[in-house]
Amino acid sequence: MSEKVLMKGNEAIAEAAILAGCRHYFGYPITPQTEIAAYMAKKMPKIGGTFLQAESEIAAINMVYGVSSAGKRVMTSSSSPGVSLKGEGLSYLAGSDLPALIVNVQRGGPGLGGIQPSQSDYFQSTRGGGHGDYHMIVLAPSSVQEMAELTVKGFELADTYRMTSMILADGTMGQMMEPVSLDFDIKPQIEKPWATTGTKMEREHNIVNSLSLVPEELEMLNFKRYERYAEIEKNECMYEEYKCDDADIILVAFGIAARVSKNAVDAARAQGIKAGLIRPITLWPFPKAPFEKAVEHAKAFISVELSMGQMIEDVKLASSCKLPVYLCNRVGGMIPDPEMVFAKIKEIANGGAN
Amino acid sequence: MVVFDKPHALIDVPMHYCPGCTHGIIHRLVAECIDELGIEGKTIGIAPVGCSVMAYNYFNCDMIEAAHGRAPAVATGVKRSDPENNIVFTYQGDGDLASIGMAETVHAAARNENITVIFINNAIYGMTGGQMAPTSLIGQVTQTSPYGRDEKLCGYPIKVCEMLSELEGPEYLERVTVNSVKNIRNAKKAIKKAFQNQIDNKGFSLVEVISSCPTNWGMTPKKALEWIDTNMIPYYPLGVYKDRSANKEAE
Amino acid sequence: MSTKQILLSGFGGQGILFAGKFLAYKGLIEDKQLSWLPSYGPEMRGGTASCSVIISDTPVGSPIVSKPDILIAMNLPSLDRYESAVVKGGIIFADSTLIERKVERDDVEVHYIPATKLASDNELGNLANMIIVGKLLSVLDDFNDESVNAALSKVISAKHADMKDVNLKALTLGAEYKED
Repeated sequence: MSEKVLMKGNEAIAEAAILAGCRHYFGYPITPQTEIAAYMAKKMPKIGGTFLQAESEIAAINMVYGVSSAGKRVMTSSSSPGVSLKGEGLSYLAGSDLPALIVNVQRGGPGLGGIQPSQSDYFQSTRGGGHGDYHMIVLAPSSVQEMAELTVKGFELADTYRMTSMILADGTMGQMMEPVSLDFDIKPQIEKPWATTGTKMEREHNIVNSLSLVPEELEMLNFKRYERYAEIEKNECMYEEYKCDDADIILVAFGIAARVSKNAVDAARAQGIKAGLIRPITLWPFPKAPFEKAVEHAKAFISVELSMGQMIEDVKLASSCKLPVYLCNRVGGMIPDPEMVFAKIKEIANGGAN
Repeated sequence: MVVFDKPHALIDVPMHYCPGCTHGIIHRLVAECIDELGIEGKTIGIAPVGCSVMAYNYFNCDMIEAAHGRAPAVATGVKRSDPENNIVFTYQGDGDLASIGMAETVHAAARNENITVIFINNAIYGMTGGQMAPTSLIGQVTQTSPYGRDEKLCGYPIKVCEMLSELEGPEYLERVTVNSVKNIRNAKKAIKKAFQNQIDNKGFSLVEVISSCPTNWGMTPKKALEWIDTNMIPYYPLGVYKDRSANKEAE
Repeated sequence: MSTKQILLSGFGGQGILFAGKFLAYKGLIEDKQLSWLPSYGPEMRGGTASCSVIISDTPVGSPIVSKPDILIAMNLPSLDRYESAVVKGGIIFADSTLIERKVERDDVEVHYIPATKLASDNELGNLANMIIVGKLLSVLDDFNDESVNAALSKVISAKHADMKDVNLKALTLGAEYKED
């Protein structure tokens, strides 16, 4: 194993992207993800890549659209308000079946909101983000190591399924430093015969397009896209189960909330309460398997979120509402602490759950 | 002997443009330039949202359909994906380039992005049925300025070439029109130069083509071409607004 | 103790994040599990800066230190804000040059170090942070020359390599400081 280095989550994303062969980055300054742009600005010119500070988030996502059309790995990063601006581009990328990696280091909202960590863009990300029927693959890292690994994975999934992957992180994940090993197994990039790289006068022209004015044809395109989505739901769900096997009360959390929840699970176990944690790593597709297993023996779920309760809906869907689902949350940049989550576990263990 | 043929860079399909519209002429000029410069195999065109939204069906080179106004940003990405080898052009109308996409236009020009922009200014939103454009003239009647464009209510039409010429960035800005044989010849010269500049790595080259829209102007095609001379050109004078390399040589 | 939750806090410019980074690198070199989390945003520019560092033998859960085992308070607002958060039996290190009051709790171990004065008396510029960290390491009996040196080499960029000696001097000065 290679030597571990200390890196901020944001830097780990940037370095992993470069290792994954991404040579084009476009961004616009916004806290708390600026380190990604700074890292790219420093590194890209040295390796023959492109870093460009765009005039807006809108321009940045469309530059991504351009590079992706030309068949190359490309990314942009932003934080909540900036991602809203990218919404149009995300929809066009989906409509044109273009791969790209988008990073959202979330902050509190709505509106300009704050700059402290948040998970309140869960709906926006897992339901697509822009107009129309579509999904993005949404990856939720919970450590700096995962920030790096899921970046590589994100590029691979995006290319394989011709769609955008989003890294849905938060201010804490972006700013924290942890030891990271960057010794990944990077797969060779797949061919993209559809890319607009010039016909070389050897083939028919390629067209990258999301316009389809004939309803029957547009319907068919949507059907086809959703067949692909179904395949992703079948093959690409990722999650971690922590002490779930015999658990009565199962926390569900991702990102920073999962880190906090692990502490709470340990605290509960120390007092004899059988607690566990399901940590979805893909938020779309949302992993159903651990919930189908959990409803057989658990008594309740607690969705621990930095939002007013967004993932909780997916928890209810994944468990077919067979168990009560409680919410334990802080918002606006506040983070639930392990004591608060433990208190919720205790409250439910003592009769809250029936 | 062939006296007239369709350029190779133009696909032989019926176009959807209205009778008398000048898009067809300008498409042809672009395609002729691509043919003559021998660049079709490495050219990527970017179509806008607007009347020319389906230009991807007409040009034989690789084509990308961009979101409304974003063509210069998309072109920036494409160009930078392979700057040594590809030729990238956008084909945009006035609403696309000078209203919703003004920021993208100005910044691509300021960066002297090495792309070619063909800007169709017909002073109206054609595709959506004739609404006021950022370049609609004072007093011009449109669906959304039914009493004539009132500068007190909605300001003045934007002179794109003049405005961009104030920037240090762009290499070449010229305004042309296509309402006569002579003007069409001049337009072709300008378009060819705008592509040649990119081949020579000189940077951002924009050709504004004053164009007609008989359907939404409510005129016969012939009257519309005359209206260009009587109404458009007085406000949008033809000519070269910037030619950095030529200026440098002159110095 | 297999997990140390450390909170460092002071004014922006006192090298709070740097001191935290040094501890994190030392943990890395000693093959520990660890996390380092700064406060960020406008409060960093001139206001209070704080930094959570967790060093552990087991994987780190939440990286946020809300109940520190160890508090390094480099100014009065930091002590005021975090004194009550320290766990029972925890340790507080206070820069007594800038904090005139005493710690009010009697269930924690307290070390007062006039770090800012020591730094200026010994021409160590603004290295009060590292003087306190030196004291912390000696109190924990964790001043391992080898890993301290290696951590300094990591945390100080090659461009500023000449700063390594003064940092080591500050750490040593703190470690050897005898309280009254």
